[in-house]
Amino acid sequence: MSVSNETLNELLTKPSFFQRIKSQDWIWAALVLAGGVFAFVKYAHAMDTYEQAFLLLSIPALIYLGWSWRPIQTYTTAVTLISLLGISLYGGVYANGETVFGLKYLFSSQSAVMWMSALFVLATVFYFGGLVTHNEFILKTASAITWTALVMGLVGLMVRWYESYLVDPEFGHIPVSNLYEVFILFCVITGLLYLYYENSYKTRSMGGFVLLIISAAVGFILWYAFTREGGTIRPLVPALKSYWMKIHVPANFIGYGAFAIAAMTSVIYLLKEYGTQKAPDSFVKYLPSTEVLEDLTYKAIALGFAFFTIATILGAMWAAEAWGGYWSWDPKETWALIVWLNYAAWLHFRFSKGARGTPMAWWAIIGLFVTLFAFLGVNMFLSGLHSYGEL
Amino acid sequence: MTQRRSYSTQLVQFLGSMNLAITLLVVIAFASIIGTVLQQNQPYPSYVIKFGSFWFEIFRVLGLYDVYSSVWFLTILGFLVISTATCIVRNTPGIIRELRHYRENVQEKSLKLMNNSHTLQLNQPSTSLQTTAETILQNQGYRFRTKQTENNVLISAKKGGAHYWGYWLTHLGIIVICLGGLLDSRLPIMIAESKNLITPETRNIPVSQVPKQSYLSADSLAFRGNVRISEGQSTDVLFISVRDGYLVQPLPFEVELKDFRVEHYSTGMPKSFESDLIIRDPDLKEPLIKTIAVNHPLIYKGVAIFQADFGDGGSEVDLKFNAFTPESTAQDLKGKVFRDYKISNATTQYKLELTDFRLFNILPVTDEKGITHQKNVGPSVIFKLRNAAGEAIEYTNYMAPISINNQNYIVSGIRKNPGDPLLYLHIPVDEQGTVNGFMQFMHNLQDADFVRKAAMTATQQSMQDIHLKSPEVEQQIIESMVRLTEVFSTRGFDGITEDINKRFPEDQRKNVNEAFAKVLNAALRAVYLETLKAKGNSNPTEKDWVFYDDSLSAMANLPLYGSPWYVQLTGFKQIQASGLQMSRAPGQNVVYFGSVMLTLGVFLMFYMAQRRIWIWLKPQPNSDNVEMILAGTTNRQQPEFEKFMRTLRQAFESTSVRS
Ligand code: HEM
Repeated sequence: MSVSNETLNELLTKPSFFQRIKSQDWIWAALVLAGGVFAFVKYAHAMDTYEQAFLLLSIPALIYLGWSWRPIQTYTTAVTLISLLGISLYGGVYANGETVFGLKYLFSSQSAVMWMSALFVLATVFYFGGLVTHNEFILKTASAITWTALVMGLVGLMVRWYESYLVDPEFGHIPVSNLYEVFILFCVITGLLYLYYENSYKTRSMGGFVLLIISAAVGFILWYAFTREGGTIRPLVPALKSYWMKIHVPANFIGYGAFAIAAMTSVIYLLKEYGTQKAPDSFVKYLPSTEVLEDLTYKAIALGFAFFTIATILGAMWAAEAWGGYWSWDPKETWALIVWLNYAAWLHFRFSKGARGTPMAWWAIIGLFVTLFAFLGVNMFLSGLHSYGEL
Repeated sequence: MTQRRSYSTQLVQFLGSMNLAITLLVVIAFASIIGTVLQQNQPYPSYVIKFGSFWFEIFRVLGLYDVYSSVWFLTILGFLVISTATCIVRNTPGIIRELRHYRENVQEKSLKLMNNSHTLQLNQPSTSLQTTAETILQNQGYRFRTKQTENNVLISAKKGGAHYWGYWLTHLGIIVICLGGLLDSRLPIMIAESKNLITPETRNIPVSQVPKQSYLSADSLAFRGNVRISEGQSTDVLFISVRDGYLVQPLPFEVELKDFRVEHYSTGMPKSFESDLIIRDPDLKEPLIKTIAVNHPLIYKGVAIFQADFGDGGSEVDLKFNAFTPESTAQDLKGKVFRDYKISNATTQYKLELTDFRLFNILPVTDEKGITHQKNVGPSVIFKLRNAAGEAIEYTNYMAPISINNQNYIVSGIRKNPGDPLLYLHIPVDEQGTVNGFMQFMHNLQDADFVRKAAMTATQQSMQDIHLKSPEVEQQIIESMVRLTEVFSTRGFDGITEDINKRFPEDQRKNVNEAFAKVLNAALRAVYLETLKAKGNSNPTEKDWVFYDDSLSAMANLPLYGSPWYVQLTGFKQIQASGLQMSRAPGQNVVYFGSVMLTLGVFLMFYMAQRRIWIWLKPQPNSDNVEMILAGTTNRQQPEFEKFMRTLRQAFESTSVRS
């Protein structure tokens, strides 16, 4: 709960949740509700019961998200409008992507993703620039660029969703089915989580570091798009044709994104810790205090752990339906368990020993490598039932 | 007695200790890696090949081929459950106290020592401060008790007890999940096996011959196994693979496969795998007819039936044996996949083992522009040809010609060992799209009279062209042509090189090689021209010469091909088999229930902090001032709480200033 500007009056007059809601928030709720109902009426016939339930549940979830963190309202609105623009430019003809200016250079999924990529890299540079020069204006610009990148990223995914139906109605699917698509999702989720922390901790000094990992993901996207035709829309293999994919994959990526942030705040922690001893006058003095960094690392790992728990359970439920058993000790499943156990141990260590400091920071960084292996390494080096995302 | 009690206390201490918990979590994580690196439940011989018999044995004893069912792994998991349970039992009394009590007996001294402790002097009446404090606490969701002693007032407040519910839910959830998993585990099989009640069957024999010793009870609580059914066939058992063998699990019903289908996208990629099943059960008035697909299982009598894989179910294939050499006889065969056939030749006996038929083959095919596409090239038959010595070569023969660089070929893949990549023979097709043109050319090359006649015609023609008349030279040239052609048609280019190496010293070989190549080339062209002429074509086009080049490349590879025939697939009736996986998992809902507990618990623990606030009001003697001790504790979200306490302090201070 944020109590930053609570005055005595607020403390006294019980600002209940609904009293804190402004009229802007009600407009938001109305818009989401209208959009959700519209989508439901228009597409419910093409969905199974589970998908309908997901759509309906996402309405209150999105409203709540927008109420708890208002920038989401602007963000979602921008993404929706631009995506609709992109879709209308297509007008039902896939070939328009190559001829219509607004698509070819801006809002076709591949162009939007290229914009996202470029903007993330630019934002990284700005964040670092602002950090070393301690220039608030540059840092604010960096935040703005990051927001723009996030808009383009999500627009890319939304438009791609539509494109997949244009290529062939039978191909249509939510774009979280191969490495190209999930890396975009990773960039978007990690970016949003980061901005949330940036807002609530009121510091932009960590941006460059967190965006470094997003830039690495961007590097992968570009490599994958240019050498492996990752951007090509392909139909789903039968194993992936399930409503579970729609929630299992995003839940996983909230986990991955949060773990990535925890690792980067740990890197900053180490820089702060060692930097303060070696070069106290360098940029490290603008970094948040070690206490804040520790707290942030904990919060990110807790968030990641919670969503990773959900994702793994959803994965088990999916497996029960697709492979005939909720747990088969398939390498991917097993590595998810390893990641989960590792962070469970981390959390216990922190509370039992009240452990703080550099070992926990190193552990959080190693945790990201374990996670990375579970995410990529398993597909590359081990064989199993998971059929998605071969390199 | 005391000694003993302290041992058991120590044991409980140890089992419920966080150190053990952390150690177990890390140990399980590491142990789990083994099974992901070492492929589990493979046939034993493949492990022997990989590790050698010494390490194979050691790994086997350690249970590394099925780590997750090994006794030591299950023991560690058991310890986790015991440790978590002990932990809950040990912590629960304390937690109940935490939930119940407001700690109204707290000492002033300990309040002042707390992390979040503020002492303020306020010039407000104690009663009004008390009302303010109580209103604030109430509005902030705290529950509180107020205690009056003499003049002093102590308000003890707390909130966030849900945190502890989270603790219970999380840790109980883990136990519930593990117990649910245990219900579905193979523990009963492991126990029955250790008591010698059952023994896995390792031979590949029909179900009817499997001894009772390898049968599981029809009312096994939980099982998960596989079975493959051909179209039109049915089964009432399931196979459960155990290490290098299997057990037979009788089913409470019979399943027949009516039809199996693979649907394809426009790209040729598979879109869905579906089986039409008929369930027969005395309890059913009428057979139950249902279609299952990947991600869409059927659940009947607690048994879930899944589409797992598919394969051939014994398709009927028509084969035509095109002989490469005159001594092999051309013949036809109507065969069935999975059966063996005796095929004989003038000299040798072969066994033809039909192993597979595939209706669709998606292969990378390069088009005119040099772009590679995935394309369906149509049906193929896969078989092994085993000679008298027992050596076998595996062949993959495609029914239809495949276009490569705008040229059509009959393609046949071969390999000597199962894991090897396929090597391909490309036979160019004639105008009719058959291998006959190639075979005719090849047979003519093997026909000494035909070669001689062609060689004569060609030589006479060229001697005439250069106005040379020498019967000896002519005869010599014709003889070399005939001989080289014979060597080539039996042993390929390699045969010629061998001959040269045998007959000429090293320094002459290069020249001889060139000379031979010219002569051979002339001979082959001569035979080809003669072959065309016999078909009424005396004006070969560019296309004919491409065919010529392709034929020679194919012939050059023939000595490696190893089969005296090109076995052509001319017709088929596909019969498919569907691989079904069936499972009964009574623990599944238990596991799901535990998972819900775990998820709820984790969120409560992370996002609900247990907080306590004490407000001690002490009117100061001889003044209007009241000393307020404002102190609090929290078990999570320290920074937020500190901030809140500071706000609270400011709030009280502002009341003071205002009045
Ligand atoms: C797979 C096994 C386990 C899992 C997944 C698990 C999970 C968790 C999680 C997520 C937390 C919350 C940490 C936080 O708030 O940041 C926690 C707290 C805790 N766990 Fe476990 N745990 C497990 C086993 C155990 C065992 C065996 C013990 C016994 C020693 C134990 C004792 C505790 C205690 C004492 C807490 C702190 C509760 C509090 O906040 O006061 N846990 N556990």
